[in-house]
Amino acid sequence: MAGTSLSTARRANLFLKIGIAILAVAFALYPVVWIISASLNPANSLLNLSIIPEPASLANFERLVSDPQYPFPLWIWNSIKVAAITSVLTVFLTALAAYSFSRFRYKGRRTGLLVILLIQLFPNSLAIVSLFLLLQQIGNIPGLSWFGLNTHGGLILIYAGGALGFNTWLMKGFFDSIPKELDEVANIDGATKWQVFWSIILPLARPILVVIGILTFIGTYGEFLIARVILKGTENYTLMVGLFLFNSGRAQEWGVITAASLVGALPAVILFFVTQRLLVSGLSSGAVKG
Amino acid sequence: MPQPPSAPKSSRSSVGGLLLRLLGLAFIDALALLLAYALVGNGLWPAAIALVVVTIAINWIFLDERLYPVRWLSPGLLMMLLMVVYPLLFTVYVALTNYGDGHLLSKEQVVRQFTTQHYQPPDAVVYQTTVYMSADGAFLLVFTDPKTNTRLAGTADEILKPIDATGDLPGALKDSTGKEYSKVEAMKTLRLLDRLTKIPFSDGTNVVQVTGMGKASQRKPAYAFDPATDQLTDNRTGVVYKPVKGTFTAPDGKTLSPGYHVMIGFENYLRVVKDPNIRSPFLRVFVWTFLFAAFSVLLTFVVGLSMAVVLNDKSLPFRGLFRTLIIIPYAIPAIISTLIWRGLLNPNYGQFSGLIKGVFGTSPQWFIDPFWAKAGILLINTWLGYPYMMLICLGALQSIPGDMFEAADIDGAGKWLQFRKLTLPLLLVSIAPLLIGTFAFNFNNFGLIEAYNKGGPPIAGEATPAGQTDILISYTFRLAFGSGAGADYGLASAIALFIFLLVGGLTMLNFRYTRQLEEVT
Repeated sequence: MAGTSLSTARRANLFLKIGIAILAVAFALYPVVWIISASLNPANSLLNLSIIPEPASLANFERLVSDPQYPFPLWIWNSIKVAAITSVLTVFLTALAAYSFSRFRYKGRRTGLLVILLIQLFPNSLAIVSLFLLLQQIGNIPGLSWFGLNTHGGLILIYAGGALGFNTWLMKGFFDSIPKELDEVANIDGATKWQVFWSIILPLARPILVVIGILTFIGTYGEFLIARVILKGTENYTLMVGLFLFNSGRAQEWGVITAASLVGALPAVILFFVTQRLLVSGLSSGAVKG
Repeated sequence: MPQPPSAPKSSRSSVGGLLLRLLGLAFIDALALLLAYALVGNGLWPAAIALVVVTIAINWIFLDERLYPVRWLSPGLLMMLLMVVYPLLFTVYVALTNYGDGHLLSKEQVVRQFTTQHYQPPDAVVYQTTVYMSADGAFLLVFTDPKTNTRLAGTADEILKPIDATGDLPGALKDSTGKEYSKVEAMKTLRLLDRLTKIPFSDGTNVVQVTGMGKASQRKPAYAFDPATDQLTDNRTGVVYKPVKGTFTAPDGKTLSPGYHVMIGFENYLRVVKDPNIRSPFLRVFVWTFLFAAFSVLLTFVVGLSMAVVLNDKSLPFRGLFRTLIIIPYAIPAIISTLIWRGLLNPNYGQFSGLIKGVFGTSPQWFIDPFWAKAGILLINTWLGYPYMMLICLGALQSIPGDMFEAADIDGAGKWLQFRKLTLPLLLVSIAPLLIGTFAFNFNNFGLIEAYNKGGPPIAGEATPAGQTDILISYTFRLAFGSGAGADYGLASAIALFIFLLVGGLTMLNFRYTRQLEEVT
């Protein structure tokens, strides 16, 4: 008697959970399904309420690559370029710093680690006025015009300024888990510190390098505030800034806007799902010290 | 086994490595020297001094073997100094100034702008001009004063010199460097006029400016600046202007535009407290920032935790698939999602508004009504944020030991009681720091607010450009870069510093909580 009533309750509970899960999936996917359906709808307006547009066409995507006023392919290229350079720089700067913190013992080491973390806790987007004025001044200096306002160089510099910080802790934790005996053996064989770093530590630390690189890439790809303030010309926009103005400029052309959103989201989404497992495993192995 | 000396000397100072290092340093020093020179040329003394100090530090770090470990840190530290520490300090400075529209330039630049203005006095000499042009398009002009019958000649780069005034002018002339210029026929000077009028020829005291075809006139400086008394005198009227808070002001209160930026002490902060036109929108924004961040955390947490509880049940079919589908919103860049939600919420054509209309018969004004605009933002932010909460709750749930629940089962505690008394407290202990982190993140969630409705709907009748849904960071952005009321970098920086303090306080709280700082080895 008691057994059956329990299993009925269990079953009801399970059905409830399945119901919630399905609702959750509907909530999560509703806008996504709408993006896909609207982007394939040549009617180009919000009015069409059918989920499967008839006739479906790629007209919106074609318009995306052919409109010189909104150079969408250029924006994606700008975003990928800026995000890629920023993440390579970030990984490199972080690896150098983490190597110092992990392999050397010196006065002020612990303080340095703390100070770096504390300073980087303040997002530098809060100093946006100063960064704007700083780049303005840098741009006026002959020979440094590549790093002034409205340049990708300046934007990358600002992003790279935030490279150290929590990343350094993460990477130091990982470096600590690589046995020091490896360094010592290599040292005895006559390898320089740089050779140890480059040919022993970095290859062994590849998981954490990839994790930090990808997290930085995704973060930079989606960054909006700083890019919005620094970049002025349409041809220099990153995707987020471009999409934003694109959206306000074409109030009713939802077919094109959703097509742009779909294509624009793809790099981040693909990267996220392809590396999801790595992200999780890399994070946990970096956080757990060996 | 005893630890070997921290690093054998030979391994780091091979001859080749040393040479490479010295070459690199020489290159950096040369570059820094050039830059410092350019900075001084632009009047940017503080930057030049900072550059020299940093360069000396770099040299020291790379030459002193005791600082060897710091060498590895230096590239990252340098970037951090330049793009985080310096902007932070500069924000502190700007917050104490009236930097902004009307005060964008430095005093030096403003004084130069006034003293290089010229006017034509009533008794000015009017010259007749003869134009000569070189093969590469440079000009040499001869100015003839018809009253005294004297002649001046020269190029834009040199002061005009008197030349022989008798007879006709030759077909070609040479300047002091020997470059040859040939005469341009009077008729053909017409199309050169545009360029000629822009050249400030000078006879040493006055500017001689081309005013029309074949004509030029003497012009005098409109203002004189006396550095000793710090006064600007208008040469036309004789009025003396004195600097008052970055604006040259006459005794009768008349001011000259543009002004320059100066330190004005704590005035920006006082304005927030005293000026009702700023205080009232600031308070509104401040309260909404807290509500927005708090509700965002609460809603994402409740939704995320519910899903985590559901997905944590091992008997649930297709768990992996459900999990993957449910975290999709987390993978899409937030700006894109927000823009898409804008379309869904569009009160006239939006899909989501249509659904609501279908159920309730009417749909809220998501972008015009202040309450519903805020509700819309929270709805979107819940969609954006619950997958993260779900992931961390899922992790935390799985780390709670199962035997606790077995004990509770034996004691006859119901599922809901177990959840409230066991699961929730244990969960909160482990994810509280992440909740604080999420709060701090949303506190500065500029992208969502800007993409949703640019802070709108506007607050009616306010002097500063604040909208009903603006949070502190977007308010700062609007003060500094918004169109309309004009840039106010000083006030924007003061408010940014206020956010710095709040976020910093939160973070310190977080650290105290996690004791992360004590665990450094």
